Amino acid sequence: MVSPIHLKVNGQPRSDEVEPRLLLVYYLREVLNLTGTHVGCDTSSCGACVVLVDGKAVKSCTMLAVQADGSEITTIEGLANGSELHPIQEGFKEQHGLQCGFCTPGMIMTALQLLERNPDPNEAEIREALDGNYCRCTGYHNVVKAIQYAAKKMKKEVFHD
Amino acid sequence: MTNMIGKPVKRVEDKRFISGKGRYTDDIVLPGMLHAHIIRSHYAHAKILGIDTDQAEKMEGVVAIFTGKDIAEAGINGVPCGWQVDFKNGETMKEPPHPLLVAAKARYMGDAVAVVIAESKALAKDAAEMVMVDYEPLDAIVDAAMAVEDGAPLVHEDIPGNMAFDWELGDREKTNQTMAKAHHTTTLEFVNQRLIPNAIEPRCAIGDYDSTNDKYTLYTSSQNPHLIRLLMCAFVLGIPEHKVRVVSPDVGGGFGSKIFHYTEEALMTWCSKQLGKPIKWTAERSESFMTDCHGRDHVTKAQMGFDENGKIIGLRVKTFANLGAYLSTFAPCVPTYLHGTLLQGLYTTTAIHVDVTGVFTHTTPVDAYRGAGRPEATYLLERLIDKAALEMKVDPAALRFKNFIPPFDGINEPGFQTEVALQYDSGNYAPVLKRAMEMVDYEALREEQASGRNNGKLIGIGISTYIEACGIAPSAVVGSLGARAGLYESAQVRVQPTGKVSVYVGSHAHGQGHETTFAQIVADKFGIAMEDVEIVHGDSESVAFGMGTYGSRSLAVGGSAIMKGIEKVLEKGAKIAAHKLEASENDLEFAEGKWTVKGTDKSISFGDVALTAYVPHNYPEGLEPGMDFASFYDPANFTYPFGAHIAVVEVDKETGKVDLKRFIACDDVGNVINPMIVDGQIHGGVAQGIGQALFEGAIYDESGQLVNGSYMDYTMPRADDLPLFETDRTVTPCPHNPLGVKGAGEAGTIGSAPAVVNAVMDALAPFGIKDLEMPLTPEKVWNAIHNNQ
Ligand code: FES
Ligand code: FES
Repeated sequence: MVSPIHLKVNGQPRSDEVEPRLLLVYYLREVLNLTGTHVGCDTSSCGACVVLVDGKAVKSCTMLAVQADGSEITTIEGLANGSELHPIQEGFKEQHGLQCGFCTPGMIMTALQLLERNPDPNEAEIREALDGNYCRCTGYHNVVKAIQYAAKKMKKEVFHD
Repeated sequence: MTNMIGKPVKRVEDKRFISGKGRYTDDIVLPGMLHAHIIRSHYAHAKILGIDTDQAEKMEGVVAIFTGKDIAEAGINGVPCGWQVDFKNGETMKEPPHPLLVAAKARYMGDAVAVVIAESKALAKDAAEMVMVDYEPLDAIVDAAMAVEDGAPLVHEDIPGNMAFDWELGDREKTNQTMAKAHHTTTLEFVNQRLIPNAIEPRCAIGDYDSTNDKYTLYTSSQNPHLIRLLMCAFVLGIPEHKVRVVSPDVGGGFGSKIFHYTEEALMTWCSKQLGKPIKWTAERSESFMTDCHGRDHVTKAQMGFDENGKIIGLRVKTFANLGAYLSTFAPCVPTYLHGTLLQGLYTTTAIHVDVTGVFTHTTPVDAYRGAGRPEATYLLERLIDKAALEMKVDPAALRFKNFIPPFDGINEPGFQTEVALQYDSGNYAPVLKRAMEMVDYEALREEQASGRNNGKLIGIGISTYIEACGIAPSAVVGSLGARAGLYESAQVRVQPTGKVSVYVGSHAHGQGHETTFAQIVADKFGIAMEDVEIVHGDSESVAFGMGTYGSRSLAVGGSAIMKGIEKVLEKGAKIAAHKLEASENDLEFAEGKWTVKGTDKSISFGDVALTAYVPHNYPEGLEPGMDFASFYDPANFTYPFGAHIAVVEVDKETGKVDLKRFIACDDVGNVINPMIVDGQIHGGVAQGIGQALFEGAIYDESGQLVNGSYMDYTMPRADDLPLFETDRTVTPCPHNPLGVKGAGEAGTIGSAPAVVNAVMDALAPFGIKDLEMPLTPEKVWNAIHNNQ
């Protein structure tokens, strides 16, 4: 049995027929070949799979592809503007906010939502926002720095606009 | 570009990772690929009476089901162990087979019983539900110290007392005599608890057999693809090595858990040949919990003896090391040669004896996890010395200063010969602790602590100093200690005709940033741009050989192999340059990417020399064309990084919660190529050590069930559990490798756990609490406070 879904992923309209039990994360990875979204657990605990669904950070392993019918989805692949990195991506590079890179897409998408809701977060607020994302490599130190860097840069950009 | 060494160059690998373009094993999709689901025993110890696959086999999309019987009938060996540690009486280590799928008996929860291969992952899983395995559950044993007792259930029927080996190091008699004379003796009995590594990328393996060429490719999330190829070909499947290519693409963290040759790698390779199609297996997180090798799990009794001046004179250690149900690749060396040999620590102790029994239990195999043996040794020493300071009523920092080995650079002064076999290369220990104390403002903090105590505030300050043996390892030395492999590293430096450089390294990066650090070295030495250097790793087809990445060895051993290649290039380049410049080689100097005739402006660039090597029209007579050098580097000794960590905690008396206020790390990892990356390695290591101290620990019940085998149950540090770390370093170069580097991957983990535990014990001292076991959960701390009040 398959169900039709129509949605937008990184600005591109998509129509597919999927098994109703297919999780959104596997739809992205295996049907659309967008492998930047990762799977790190089976209990919705790690955050490696976070994407934006209609602007909200969602663990895509907790949602069925059919539930995303009609939604607009942004994944890590859709974040940069052409060759120009998003300030959060730049922050992770500038502040060494990643090592193995496996948690990174989820971290970046989570940070995106944080900075949209709170453009000037303090350290505690950043740490709280990252509470659903495991990183085993960085000890979070440089992830925090990366988000602080991005916040500063995004504020400047707004100011210049 | 010259002067690249020592600069915090931003990582070249980041671009793909921050854009979602990393390529991990599970991202690979091959045409016609099938998917495997492994059926695992949910009992820790059970007879397998029968397996009924009939119904499952008939299900749509199911291609094949293999059981332990099929593997046994195919005559496939189990995965081998790579290190032999024998019994004291000379008897050989017990080495039970570790089959790819078990046929008769399951020996831990997670032992693989059968594999279902289907057209999709979901179908394979559906079918696995319909496979009926008939088990007869048996009694299990999970505790190492209890497993050696009479009457304990046996993990392997033919191994009495569940003992794999028993081993000792140091002078027993001298130590006993010395300890008898001690003015003060401090005793500690503790469990260094079992940890589950939990790299965020689950393990994954894809077997791909190509019948046209009779060749196999294995894609695997491994820290050392070449060693996997060697072990799988020679010991498990009996395939000639040149018929197998092993690729480890981007790997999402390892921390030791991806060093070993796992059964799934050989299983996917074998199944692919049977079915003529590529087959992928990706662990679910609960499978990772059960089957990634665990770390630590020592039950230890240790005693430290002091003379009347507070000098450590003796150390006596007895450890039962839990090895799990089978011997993993490096398991026997972790509690022995990576633990017992480090018990000198930074101290001048004159008599040391350590006795270790390696024990089988009905648990997941245990092997190296970040630090591997060295965190256990450091924890033991640093808890003992802190407890002794408390008992002798002296300051724990002062007691350490009193006992430090005096400085030696390993060049003018010889290395330091320990009581436990190793010779330290170079060391200067007091400055790291001094600096860490300065950073934390130790005196002021002690005052704050004292006044806090009067107001019911429980502040604790914990110190730990450590030394580790890294840059693993001189082949002849480890060979004499039981290693069944050499531990050199290989690198090939290929200068392309246009002067661009490709370097093929046997080290494997899974977060360490080799593509940047190694390129910095090459760019620096050749005076070319970073962009002109490419670092290739992780594919046995392009990289000639390698021993992989673990034991903080990549820079010290792999970097040294690159240095050998660089030297060979410069040597040959000088010959070509001399010819072209019509000068003698002796009159040339190489700097800023060109050879110049000294005292003149006559020069030729690196790129022009490279081109000449490949277009050898006007060329030195008798010199081979080309510019491509393979090198192997076998280190002369281990390297010995060291450092001092200080943790500041506040314990909430009402809840028992430990709040980690500050964490200071002053480490000495020798020379530093990229300080940004080294700091990152320290941060990550420190976080894992804090994880052990406060949060983590595998829990088995008596029947051998892993009761906290998921992220919902096993606690790892999250962002709001940790502070920003304060780091600094001193530099004591390694005297025996060309870069003077010592390695930084494990330092953080080794130093941090005892610092945190010492801090909590310091906070709880007013209650008369001297020992608590890790992890120091709120429940444990609260109970201790309230039972001692
Ligand atoms: S994979 Fe979604 S939270 Fe772990
Ligand atoms: S960078 Fe490896 S898990 Fe975060």
